[in-house]
Amino acid sequence: MNDFAQSFATALDLITAADAVLVHTVALSLGVSGAACLFGAGFGLLGGAWLAVARFPGHRALVTLLNTLLALPSVVVGLVVYLLLSRSGPLGSWGILFTPSAMVIAQTILVVPLVAALTRQLVGDSLRDGGDQLRSMGAGALTCALLMLLHDRWAVLTVLLTAFGRAIAEVGAVMIVGGNIAGVTRVMTTSIALETSKGDLALALALGIVLLGVVGVINMLIGVAQRGRGSALAGAR
Amino acid sequence: MNSATLLRLTDVSVHFGPVRALRHVGLQVNRGDFVALIGANGSGKTTLLRLLHGLVAFDGSREVLDATATQVMVFQRPFMLRLSAINNLHVALWLARVPSAERAARAAQALQRVGLAELRDRPARALSGGELQRLALARAWAVRPQILFLDEPTASLDPSAKKEVEALLAGFAAEGMTLVMSTHNLGQAKRLATRVVYLDQGTVRVDLPTDRFFSKVAGASSDARADLFLKGALTWTLE
Repeated sequence: MNDFAQSFATALDLITAADAVLVHTVALSLGVSGAACLFGAGFGLLGGAWLAVARFPGHRALVTLLNTLLALPSVVVGLVVYLLLSRSGPLGSWGILFTPSAMVIAQTILVVPLVAALTRQLVGDSLRDGGDQLRSMGAGALTCALLMLLHDRWAVLTVLLTAFGRAIAEVGAVMIVGGNIAGVTRVMTTSIALETSKGDLALALALGIVLLGVVGVINMLIGVAQRGRGSALAGAR
Repeated sequence: MNSATLLRLTDVSVHFGPVRALRHVGLQVNRGDFVALIGANGSGKTTLLRLLHGLVAFDGSREVLDATATQVMVFQRPFMLRLSAINNLHVALWLARVPSAERAARAAQALQRVGLAELRDRPARALSGGELQRLALARAWAVRPQILFLDEPTASLDPSAKKEVEALLAGFAAEGMTLVMSTHNLGQAKRLATRVVYLDQGTVRVDLPTDRFFSKVAGASSDARADLFLKGALTWTLE
């Protein structure tokens, strides 16, 4: 119990003092996970929308594979990316192992299946409701799917928030491909893992509280935006 | 063949799995027609509309004799994107490849036409049933289709909204637009249509000019089941 109280106090101290190391770690965490979500959104939204309308031999198998990849362990992703980017790997010449770029690649691979699978489901449901109407107006299959992304933009935002949550909370992949180098690739989750292994549980828990706080603030901002949209709708009636 | 024929179906059947929704249907739609499709629930009216519009797979022949004729369909429950009323029209005009310079004026004109100009910025999905149906008609009219398909456009509307929609449809027909509409409202078919097509169990049983179809003379529709339907005496039977 004492540990928890001490952790809250430490977390508060770190935040109020705007601890430079903490600020850098939080900024790097947000930057890496934000960039991964951005790339993940690019591939995942387009891929999911396409899968919602495309029909080809093996489509069902691809959807099953995609849904299976939702449970992709982050350490496996880290290991694969490590093998690809290590000096002897096929992409070793890029020289980006143990850099934030490698962490972005690993987290992107982690969130793409999530974004694509949820987007496919979302777009598929909306197409059942309004696909014929859009086709009647002359929209091709992919145009229908992309218009449904616009139609479901608030749900898409929730999908991206889920992806961001998965990215910022994972530790296995960034630990393997980033190396947890202080000031270079150390992010919130790898810091927590390090402090725990050093036995400084209070600091580890404090960092956990800060991490939760950061995600909470992002959630709150999206909630405010959604409520604003909701009241605009209500006011329009 | 009528030289003004826009669409022709010859011996067309539609199956949904084991269900035969339409059987050996032959029908043509001529320029300037206002065709009312009537029949009991499950008789195949909606499937025939979707078939004419090219939305369902079929066996047989469906010929579009004027390839330049634009077709649009207004569904029973119109689907609107989560955008404002005016932006839904902009999307429709964009899909119809209307030049961007013309879209704003066309959209505004269409909303004006259906009396929704003041609601242009309102979210489309926040509109009432009657307003939504008028917006769907505005969206269809904005692209200036040669053929407009309507699936029970006044179902579930109150009498005043029905009247407004009927007035709009009469206006479209007066401008020369070809309309094909399914309806359960026989009075509406009588008021608006130039031709009535009666469907029964997936087949076209009667295709007559409206005045002949509704003639009070017994047997004038030339089909005993159609006459029973008109009298409200058609009982449900298993084939």
